[in-house]
Amino acid sequence: MNVPFSWLMDYVDLTCSADEFAHEMTMTGTKAENIIKYGEEINNVVIGKIISIARHPSADKLVICKIDIGGEKAPQIVTGAKNVYEGAMVPVALNGATLAGGLKIKTSKLRGELSEGMLCSIEELGYSVNEYPDAPADGIYILNEEVSPGADARDILKLREDTVEFEITSNRADCNSMLGIAREAAATFKKTFSFPETLPKKETSEDVNELIDVEILNAELCPRYIARIVKNVKIGPSPLWLRQRLITAGLRPINNIVDITNYVMLEVGQPMHAFDIDSISFCGEKRKIIVRNAKKDEKFITLDGAEHVLDETMLVIADSQKAIAVAGVMGGENSKVTENATAVLFESANFNGTNVRLTSKKLNARTDASSRYEKGLDPNLSIVAVNRAVKLVEELGCGETLSGMNDCYPSPKQPHTVKFRPDRINKIIGADIPAEDMYEMLSRVEISVSDDTASVPTFRPDIELEEDIAEEIARFYGYDRVTPTLMSGAPTVGKKNLKQKLEDSIRDIMTASGFYEALTYSFESPKVFDKLNLPKDDPARNSVVISNPLGEDFSVMRATALNGILQALSINYNRRNNEAALYELCKIYKPKALLLTESPDERNVLVMAFYGIGDFFTLKGVIERIFDRVGIKNVEYAPEKSLSYAHPGRCASITKNSVNLGFLCELHPVVAENYKIDARVYIACVNADFIYENADLTKRFEPLPKFPSVTRDVAVIVQNDVTAATIEKTMIKAGGKTLRSARLFDVYKGENIEKGFKSLAYALNFRAADRTLTDEEVLKSIEKILASLEKVGAKLRDH
Amino acid sequence: MGGLNEQERPEAGKLANDARSLIESALTEAKTVLGQSELTNRLLNEEIDVTISAPSRPLGGRHPITLVTDDLKDIFIGMGYEIMEGPDIETDYYNFAALNIPENHPAKDEQDTFYLDGGFLLRTQTSPVQIRAMETKPLPIRIIAPGRVYRADQVDATHSPVFHQLEGLVIDEDITFGDLKGSLETFARELFGKSAKARFRPHHFPFTEPSAEMDATCFACGGEGCRVCKDSGWIELLGCGMVHPKVLKTSGIDPEKYIGFAFGLGLDRIAMLKYGVSDLRLMYENDVNFLKQF
Repeated sequence: MNVPFSWLMDYVDLTCSADEFAHEMTMTGTKAENIIKYGEEINNVVIGKIISIARHPSADKLVICKIDIGGEKAPQIVTGAKNVYEGAMVPVALNGATLAGGLKIKTSKLRGELSEGMLCSIEELGYSVNEYPDAPADGIYILNEEVSPGADARDILKLREDTVEFEITSNRADCNSMLGIAREAAATFKKTFSFPETLPKKETSEDVNELIDVEILNAELCPRYIARIVKNVKIGPSPLWLRQRLITAGLRPINNIVDITNYVMLEVGQPMHAFDIDSISFCGEKRKIIVRNAKKDEKFITLDGAEHVLDETMLVIADSQKAIAVAGVMGGENSKVTENATAVLFESANFNGTNVRLTSKKLNARTDASSRYEKGLDPNLSIVAVNRAVKLVEELGCGETLSGMNDCYPSPKQPHTVKFRPDRINKIIGADIPAEDMYEMLSRVEISVSDDTASVPTFRPDIELEEDIAEEIARFYGYDRVTPTLMSGAPTVGKKNLKQKLEDSIRDIMTASGFYEALTYSFESPKVFDKLNLPKDDPARNSVVISNPLGEDFSVMRATALNGILQALSINYNRRNNEAALYELCKIYKPKALLLTESPDERNVLVMAFYGIGDFFTLKGVIERIFDRVGIKNVEYAPEKSLSYAHPGRCASITKNSVNLGFLCELHPVVAENYKIDARVYIACVNADFIYENADLTKRFEPLPKFPSVTRDVAVIVQNDVTAATIEKTMIKAGGKTLRSARLFDVYKGENIEKGFKSLAYALNFRAADRTLTDEEVLKSIEKILASLEKVGAKLRDH
Repeated sequence: MGGLNEQERPEAGKLANDARSLIESALTEAKTVLGQSELTNRLLNEEIDVTISAPSRPLGGRHPITLVTDDLKDIFIGMGYEIMEGPDIETDYYNFAALNIPENHPAKDEQDTFYLDGGFLLRTQTSPVQIRAMETKPLPIRIIAPGRVYRADQVDATHSPVFHQLEGLVIDEDITFGDLKGSLETFARELFGKSAKARFRPHHFPFTEPSAEMDATCFACGGEGCRVCKDSGWIELLGCGMVHPKVLKTSGIDPEKYIGFAFGLGLDRIAMLKYGVSDLRLMYENDVNFLKQF
């Protein structure tokens, strides 16, 4: 809502600056977003009269003008403009003047002749032909009327205006108008709010009701329809003040009648429409307006020339034969007011906001009118608006108003009441405002109080409950005056739960391991499944589909966390970053059924990936560290060959007690290529919910060993396909209680080892809690271990 | 010694002992001197160029939005709040109806909300967690709920269809608008420093009444006016208000007995302000050269 400050002064006498006005209004709840200062930079420009024009002695295209600027001295100015003539009144930028865009004007010589300033076009004053239709497209602006030379051009041409741009919240449709803002301003500054005149002094003897009937067929969508008629209209441009006000508020002047409807919309907040009366057909003796639902596939051309196909949910204004407007959205081409109109019908009606919104959306025709209607308007505003419009017709002298009006208003809206207990209000706010002060504040916004009831005017449907009254009181009392306090009542304990603590631990480990945290979108393209090489029938492809996505790339909720992180690596690779290690703690979304009948599963996963910093075991080290840190023991890793996006020889499943916890792998080179990464990529995905549910952070002290441990190295030879995990499990099982650990320190293939076999060297650490182990004991254990190993095909390597 | 008589023996013994200790101490001395020079040599030879960069990989780091979220969590935990979470995929009831956002409210328009089939939607705000808290938690309630939210905005420097909010909710007997001010002013000081001031302006939200927006003194200029705050000296920080009685009633809480306040703020925006990031897209690109700066 753009509010020209000078316009507002018509209704409320403010003595402050536009800046103070904007600030105070903000603090009572009408937020000023911006202050536009039109013409602020224009300086030292006066209106002058051209006394004489002489040819420039040395330039064919230039002339020398003598200008009367009211003083003794008449400056001379050289111009190349073609439209100047002796006697013309023109804006003159004098020596030292500033024009739009900060252009400075100085006395200078043009082709040897003194020029003491510049004659101005409307563009040089910061406006255009749009706002000043009488200005020439190319040339100096020449005033229509005679003014005294020397007058400040800013005043004469109304160049100077401070316009405050307000953000109007959805509950305050009444503030989408000058009068609404004026009412708030008066309440804010404790000033009187004066309503503009709304009744013409003269009306013709002819009554509207003799000429026209109005029938509402759908009163739910149209609670009120008022028609008034103006005849002998003289269509022409509006006076400058009116045009100027429309412009500063953001509307384009068209002609006086249309401008009046727009002016009233801005001033009162009620959209209006003007029909050429001849376009409304007769129904018997009289013309007739019918407010009805559109017919299925009814065709209609709006006044902007657009063709629309309507449906039965939409409301139209019609005569007995045809639609002439889409209610609350736009008038029709067939009924618009042209220069030839002799009589017009002013419509001021109330339409259902939701219906107008849906219609304008379906027709893709959002207008100033529809955007006001959709917020919900007070039906009692309609009569104010229509009377204001005919009053303006009289003021502009552009027609004669017929007496009476056709007002179809089946169920008039009455003021409503709201409970009001000053004690309760003070309790909500945490203040001690006397009841009398509350009455006074409420009276400023036209709410009256008797006993414990407040009576609320119909233009404030947002006030429904006592709490709404509390806000009215609080905002005029001043939010800033409410003393900040600390809550009383029982103390509460603030803390993180286990899951939140575990997230912190995981992030700490990932940080310590050199990974940066990534955040990627929760939705992606269904094409990512192909990019990841997933089989067409893979159930992992089941995903939650967005009905109204921002394009295909964002159309399904991610069912796998892989794409986001790979996409991020791809961006890094593309930007020639030598290495990138990223992780994300995120959710994936799994539908329980393909058509959603219950909430989909939201599963927490930890995904990590990198290139350029290490290999498979770098990745595995990070994962082992995490499980170790969160107290999840006996996690097993086994070769996994079934994942289509993984290198088949470098992929492990992660399980505990046969429950799958995820995988880690080198990315399949084909998939890496799909992501345009020409490097080995390592990626792992872990079920984070399992961690949150099974983590054990309890710590128990174990006494420090009193007796020394003994370490023996053992190397065994096994076939290549026997995993280290098998060997280790066998050793731990056979080693008994005294075997504390078996640490692999060397894997060897090659010379001295038969082809197809490998040598695995382990450091076995033995210790007993109650004694120093003897050599014999250790030897016995090793023999037992070797015997067990033989059963899985492992032989002691003899050097 | 055997060839000596009784008198000579002690004398000779003493001499021998003296000689031995002389030899011994000479040996020790020689050893020490030798040892010292050896150590000196060793230390000399072991000199390294301490200016060579360490070969270790740098530490990783948390995402700036996580860092800001962590800061806020710490502040509110210190003020007695628990951290609660809710699902991203919500129903109309939790995201709108229970929050007093009626059918046909423009905020529900398809242009703002992502819909799924079966009446599900992607939450457009963290406020549904308020409803879930009121349904499941015993009173009094004091929670914050950070999380992802979704709106159908095209990606640009200040918009993202996925972003993050943090919701707060307090419900107890005798909570006042003054308490809301006191709590959130404390929060603003913790976040932006002791000299930060907060300013409350009336505003409108369907689920609070009275409602307010809170501005904090611009941390970049201290309230003087600068590019960050568009010369106003204030930064719009959050929306807040007293929980609307209809919301309490819908969730089975008696609004005559209990009252509370709620607030919500955008984490992406705070991260951008705090770190001076001018383009929101950087937050979701995950370029390591961006991430390593935090």
